[in-house]
Amino acid sequence: MKKIYLDNAATTRVAPEVLEAMKPYFTDKYGNASSLHDFGLEAAEALEESRKTLAGVINAKPEEIVFTSGGSESDNQAIKEIAFSKGPNHHIITSSIEHPAVLKTCEFLEKMGFEVTCLPVNKEGSISLDDLEKSIKDKTILVSIMHANNEIGTIQPVREIGRICREKGVLFHTDAVQSFLKIPIDVKEMNIDLLSASSHKLHGPKGVGLLYVRSGVKINPLIHGGGHESGLRSGTENVAGIVGFARACRLCRIPDNKVKELRDRLIEGVLEIKDCWLNGAKGDKRLPNNANFSFKFIEGEALVLRLNDSGVAASTGSACSTKSLKPSHVLMAMGLSHVEAHGSLRLTLSRYTTKEEIDYILKVLPGVVEDLRKISPLGGK
Amino acid sequence: MAYMYSKRVMELFRHPKGCRKMENPDAVGEAGSFLCGDIMKVYLKIGKKKDGLFIKDISFQSFGCVANISSSSQTVELAKGKTLDEAIKIKNMDIVRKLGSLPSVKIHCSVLAVDALREAIYNYLKGKKLPIPKEVLESHKRVQKELKEVEHMREKVLK
Repeated sequence: MKKIYLDNAATTRVAPEVLEAMKPYFTDKYGNASSLHDFGLEAAEALEESRKTLAGVINAKPEEIVFTSGGSESDNQAIKEIAFSKGPNHHIITSSIEHPAVLKTCEFLEKMGFEVTCLPVNKEGSISLDDLEKSIKDKTILVSIMHANNEIGTIQPVREIGRICREKGVLFHTDAVQSFLKIPIDVKEMNIDLLSASSHKLHGPKGVGLLYVRSGVKINPLIHGGGHESGLRSGTENVAGIVGFARACRLCRIPDNKVKELRDRLIEGVLEIKDCWLNGAKGDKRLPNNANFSFKFIEGEALVLRLNDSGVAASTGSACSTKSLKPSHVLMAMGLSHVEAHGSLRLTLSRYTTKEEIDYILKVLPGVVEDLRKISPLGGK
Repeated sequence: MAYMYSKRVMELFRHPKGCRKMENPDAVGEAGSFLCGDIMKVYLKIGKKKDGLFIKDISFQSFGCVANISSSSQTVELAKGKTLDEAIKIKNMDIVRKLGSLPSVKIHCSVLAVDALREAIYNYLKGKKLPIPKEVLESHKRVQKELKEVEHMREKVLK
């Protein structure tokens, strides 16, 4: 059976060019970048070359890039270490639809004596700049608002958030794991002080990410040790992974209009199904590769596994798909009812997605939905 | 491919049995989970044989996950042909055992299936003004309380 991968917000396939670029760093150029011999120098050079590439794509300086193990680590370091450097009894602002790596970190800091404000979002999943401005007080040290949401793809007004934070003298961190190289980011122009990104969302390997720290921002390491990454992240660098991350970046195109066109074709086709709607924003306020729907009367886990039987890999915000049995906190924050969040389906494309694949899912999805509605007591059939 | 679910669960999910709305049922039972928002409906047709009333036909409808659908389907299989006295004795762990296993967070789906069955039996006995066994009365009280908690979710989606 044909297998169609439409879960690219979860992770992506490693591009063949990326794998090729990484290979020598496992087999021949396997040196420790801290070593003094040729093996070490070779690794160190590759590391610095990659750092330049990654800095370049967001208009940062190479020394402002810290390589980490991924988005979660970057988020943790940004938030915890800014907080700890200022001490308890300070105030942090975030939003109710952040990734758990941010939300759980903020919850942890709350227990450690910090005050946290979680900004609400409107039904499209956007925060209000007014709310943000009103929430900033003397004790506020950090605002952490994601660039684009992982479930619904809504893009936050990061430029305006950056401007407000800079005016008020508050640091601004953004989790850009989903948006990185999908939409333009300029850390200088957008007044971003800290930014998290991850390699495996853009056809790079898993286990690699970065934290951008604007020069002048004082931050401590989360991981202490041999003082790698200018003392900001100890542990022998994952050279092969970092090289792969940089190679993956060079393969990305912004904007990728082909992906957007296919995504729009998908949305248009799916919305022909009765009693279903698109969750999140429309047009430019949405990531070009994201579509998220709710289907009335049915449950997402059953939907995802039925689609899997048809060869389509998708994802859901249903309570049943989680260990906690709570539906997606993002959809709930946008004002969806429990039942509406229950029937949600996320389809996320990549540059490898084809028109044939989109047409295939448009062919099988109505039948799967119809089938599950037939057995639902809510469907009225 | 290995799922978090047993082979039997996946089999019943893919090919559920007795998964339909019944025309002119003798009784209907409904249960809902405040834990996850799942809702289940069981339909019964009751017949008479020497040893008493029995379940002549049974079907279900489910708004819920894979575990929910397969638990309902397994309950249908277990309860069909049983006398009401026997059907009342079906426990949720009987369903789990028949399914092979259920992930611990999904055990409540099997509880829901048994609850919906008992509700249908309760409604039948009540309608016929027959005596209602203690265990059925007890589960009825609990189920009604839980249904109230999921009611607002339903109202919103049915609008």
